[in-house]
Amino acid sequence: MLDDALRSNRLPAAPGVGYKPQHFTQILEHAKPVAWLEIHAENYMGDGGRPLAQLRHLSEQFPISVHGVGLSIGGEGSLDSDHLTRLKHLVEWLNPASFSEHLAWSTHDAHFLNDLLPLPYTDMTLARVCEHIDQVQNTIGRQMLLENPSSYLAFEESTWSEPDFLREISQRTGCGLLLDVNNVFVSATNLDYSPQEYINEYPLEKVGEIHLGGHDEDEDDHGHPLLIDSHGREVVDPVWALLDYVLDRSGPKPVLIEWDTDVPDWPVLRDEAVRAQAALDRVPA
Amino acid sequence: MSVSQTEFRAALLDAAKPVPDGLLDASSQPAGRRFSVYRNNVAVSLTEAMHQAFPVITKLLGPQNMDGLAGLFLRQHPPSSPLMMFYGQEFPEFLSRMEQLSHLGYLPDVARLELAIRESYHAADSQPIDADALAVSPEDLMQAKLGFAPSMRVLKSAWPVHAIWRFNNDPDAPKPEPGAQDVLVTRPEYDPTPQLLPPGGADWISGLLSGQTIGEAFEITTAEIPDFDLGTTLALLLQGAAITSVTIERLDT
Repeated sequence: MLDDALRSNRLPAAPGVGYKPQHFTQILEHAKPVAWLEIHAENYMGDGGRPLAQLRHLSEQFPISVHGVGLSIGGEGSLDSDHLTRLKHLVEWLNPASFSEHLAWSTHDAHFLNDLLPLPYTDMTLARVCEHIDQVQNTIGRQMLLENPSSYLAFEESTWSEPDFLREISQRTGCGLLLDVNNVFVSATNLDYSPQEYINEYPLEKVGEIHLGGHDEDEDDHGHPLLIDSHGREVVDPVWALLDYVLDRSGPKPVLIEWDTDVPDWPVLRDEAVRAQAALDRVPA
Repeated sequence: MSVSQTEFRAALLDAAKPVPDGLLDASSQPAGRRFSVYRNNVAVSLTEAMHQAFPVITKLLGPQNMDGLAGLFLRQHPPSSPLMMFYGQEFPEFLSRMEQLSHLGYLPDVARLELAIRESYHAADSQPIDADALAVSPEDLMQAKLGFAPSMRVLKSAWPVHAIWRFNNDPDAPKPEPGAQDVLVTRPEYDPTPQLLPPGGADWISGLLSGQTIGEAFEITTAEIPDFDLGTTLALLLQGAAITSVTIERLDT
């Protein structure tokens, strides 16, 4: 369980965007209303060069959120200690406003699969995820946020609902939560449940950050809609509506726009942040 | 029915394997095609990483052939760490074992050069020496040992790799002519730059990297290549901000 002094999430309740190097110059000139930036931890674990120089420069002007995609917190095996050490160094060097990771696995038997893979929600996986989060928080000396996945299938063996599973993890480890509203919409569509009911059951008081992103539309073998979390386009209207539903219940939160494939020019990404600002402006502080 | 991650991973990387039991769709029927989303994500993201890592190989072979090769490669060599910036270390070896590509013997060395450029890009920053640090007597210069920037890479090839690299990056570059080439990669600021070394340059720099003095390495190199051009090699290193220290061990002290 985490010491209260280490609850150090310092992101503002304002729009942020996932940082892409091609936007470096324009971010410095025309950031507003973007108030903070998120980076993928693994892209900044080299020893030097332009990536770290740009990040150092940006961190002097913006709060930075470090978002890991490679810790494999849901992995059956133990965490990669080399990778954990690299993360510790990055966090010590950068002193970011927040650190977050995923309820997912990506590494097995020392093979990294470069995707966020799903895990069943059972007492056994709950214990293992909590053990891994304890280890991460103890190593980096601060609280982390845990993000809900986008699901394309369900596990027969699961005995916990996802919101209950996340609440229990947060209670046992003291970690905060990163609520990906697009992931809720994608999973709810794919697995036939109500995204609003998911939000009603979800512990919003634990949320330190919200994610929004675009998804693609496909179908499964039986013609059932299958949404794919691609981060390659604008956020769709029903997801914006779900954000309003969340903010009405949670109050203002840091809201991030993720756009990782087919990355658009800066003004297009910035427009998404403008829309996030409008959603935040509706909500009494 | 519980699904182990060993089983999940095996089915991810081999589309011929059945989808593991215990994975369900929205109506609690077997997940079927839904599992392909993960198969597809893994294959597409790693293939994309290979395209980004080896742009010249991709250009030489064509994107579709590269897709096919990457598909084979990623199943034999899934990443061993989450640092995708260093993915593909085994690719030159892999290329050299591909019989269908044996008529393109230069491909492995071109891939080595692309790896070297990427390593250089992410290497630690360093402070180069001033050029006048080498303005010493010829005797002292021969006794000097050099320290190099972590971003420096050297490649010795039986193929014209520098010319091939340039031809695929610079529209005005001449068509490559057959012949061996040594290449030096330096990173004066943040952009790694491959430079053509004079013949023997790679051996001479490798000698210094292994702790030889300028003179010792020169003697060994000129035994093989009598007209080795030390001046040009030193000038390329200096211009590339690749020398970080000079240590002169005088014999008479």
